Amino acid sequence: MFGLAKKDANLLLIVAGLVMLAPFILNPFPGESAMAQFNAGYPDLMQRFVIFGIFAIGFNLLFGLTGYLSFGHAAFLGVGSYAGVWMMKLLTINVIPAILISTLVAGIFSIAIGYISLRRSGIYFSILTLAFAQMSFALAASVLTPITGGETGLQTALSDPRILDSASSGGNIPSPAIFGMEMRDSAELVLGGWTFTFNVGYYLCAVVMILAFYTAIRIFRSPFGLMLRAIKSNQQRLNYTGLNTRPYMLACFVISGMYAGLAGGLMVSMDPLAGAERMQWTASGEVVLMTILGGAGTLIGPVLGAGMIKYFENIFSKINESVLHQWFAFMPDGLEDVIVAMLYPFIGKGWHLTLGIVFMLVVIFLPGGLVEGGQRIGAMFKRKAKADDKSSANVEPAE
Amino acid sequence: MGILEVKGVGKRFGGLQALGDVNLSVAENSVHAIIGPNGAGKSTLLNCLIGKLIPDTGSVTFEGQSVLGRTPYEICQMGISRVFQTPEIFTDLNVMENMLIPCFAKRDGAFAMNAIGSVTSQAEVQDKAMQMLEDMNLADKRHMLTGSMSRGDKRRLEIAMCLSQDPRLLLLDEPTAGMARADTNNTIDLLKQIKEERDITIAIIEHDMHVVFSLAERITVLAQGTPLVEDTPENIKGHPKVREAYLGESVD
Repeated sequence: MFGLAKKDANLLLIVAGLVMLAPFILNPFPGESAMAQFNAGYPDLMQRFVIFGIFAIGFNLLFGLTGYLSFGHAAFLGVGSYAGVWMMKLLTINVIPAILISTLVAGIFSIAIGYISLRRSGIYFSILTLAFAQMSFALAASVLTPITGGETGLQTALSDPRILDSASSGGNIPSPAIFGMEMRDSAELVLGGWTFTFNVGYYLCAVVMILAFYTAIRIFRSPFGLMLRAIKSNQQRLNYTGLNTRPYMLACFVISGMYAGLAGGLMVSMDPLAGAERMQWTASGEVVLMTILGGAGTLIGPVLGAGMIKYFENIFSKINESVLHQWFAFMPDGLEDVIVAMLYPFIGKGWHLTLGIVFMLVVIFLPGGLVEGGQRIGAMFKRKAKADDKSSANVEPAE
Repeated sequence: MGILEVKGVGKRFGGLQALGDVNLSVAENSVHAIIGPNGAGKSTLLNCLIGKLIPDTGSVTFEGQSVLGRTPYEICQMGISRVFQTPEIFTDLNVMENMLIPCFAKRDGAFAMNAIGSVTSQAEVQDKAMQMLEDMNLADKRHMLTGSMSRGDKRRLEIAMCLSQDPRLLLLDEPTAGMARADTNNTIDLLKQIKEERDITIAIIEHDMHVVFSLAERITVLAQGTPLVEDTPENIKGHPKVREAYLGESVD
């Protein structure tokens, strides 16, 4: 199906299903219940899930396939964001040109950075990409202020030309839209205690993400993907097999950069504001964490990792001390205080600590990331099922 | 004129003259061995042939074209394949995938942007790789990760990968180094079989005299960076200069 092997087609369908039904799946608790704060089914966060999913899928094409660890991928995200906002300022408030140009500009930018950085491999490549990203960040925050808006960031304004749009309607800054449908428009479905929100912006991101995921599967399974995995495995043999690794690496780097640009374009389509902090090294580090946490080199891993980190960042960080006191209110006062004091460092602003511990545990015990965890659980059930078969058959000799 | 012509090649590393003035001609469809004691410059010479090193003086031509200044992948595309001392294969990939890579390189050249069609849909390349694996008795191991194979199988796979590109010259760098006797004999038989079945020239660098004398048609003895003698195996065996180079000068 879709030119994919059965297993990959199934994976694609599962991902598509999950993404399309996310407003339900991420909203398991009724709005009034105490657990409602664990609901992640609101548009803003769901958009972030899929946008960072795209970012991580692209990063994984580079890191997972070739083993080249780029530490400056946020630069492409940032460049894409700026390009997107400029399109919405100059051309039209319709997000389609913005998204396309974001991808394109990030691609061109990554040709330049890749051409230089790929002269080195290993840690030196990482440092070069990091240096370029930090330079981009510093430039965007200072000397390039006329283009980037400096530290306040770049945003749309009422006085923007927008040459393709008809004269501005009323005194409001138009909000990003796709053929008249505004990104922030939502339909709500109220079912009992639940409120499900279906947001135009989210579904645009979701469709783009499914397409991006599909493309990534095709690249993974293609001869091009095979060569990239060969680069990771033994670059010397590849050279002596008559293959020029340089253009393979550059092509991969540019594709990866374009994914980041696409994510940046979608980000500003949801909220037309691009700031320099989006290019900072912490943002580059975040996508590395996402990919490793989920499972580098796997198809679904980066998406899971992105989802997990964004969930922690947005949900875990909102649990505060009074919420903890509510949860443990059934305990005797002294014990309640002790428990709350013990848990307090791990919640609210301490979510980084929890994430750090989870990350450490995953790297130590599941080097293949969350995907490996899933596979182990799957294998456990299979083995159990087999053992059951054996004991019922009972006559089979031991192997 | 031979398929590979080395003329007056010299290479110096700082104060060490690794290669003095090497002249060598490998005849087409022959098996040519290069032997010599440690430090004779065998590996340096080989590296000059495949683009890893550029000699200071002299010329190296393959089928009339100079190989100097070309990168390893260009030289490979010209028709020279190299087998390494320790088998160089893609240890994270399975046997079939290992085999597919040189087949794609043969079909598509040094770079091709085949990013959309799947590997499994390329029937002609799949067939070629499968054929090669069957020829080399590796077909039943095609789903195995190569990292876990025996040394002999790795060597066999590496040679298969080189042969799938239909090279006209196969360079082997101590192909039996560190192998058990049985694996060594298997490798000798394999190379003999290849020689019989294909139009191929083989140049081999080897320490193991058993391997050299069972395969080679011509032997060049290298000592201290210069060729000492070049002759048939029979004549080399009893040659006084060769004995001298290997065993030291006689006492008289």
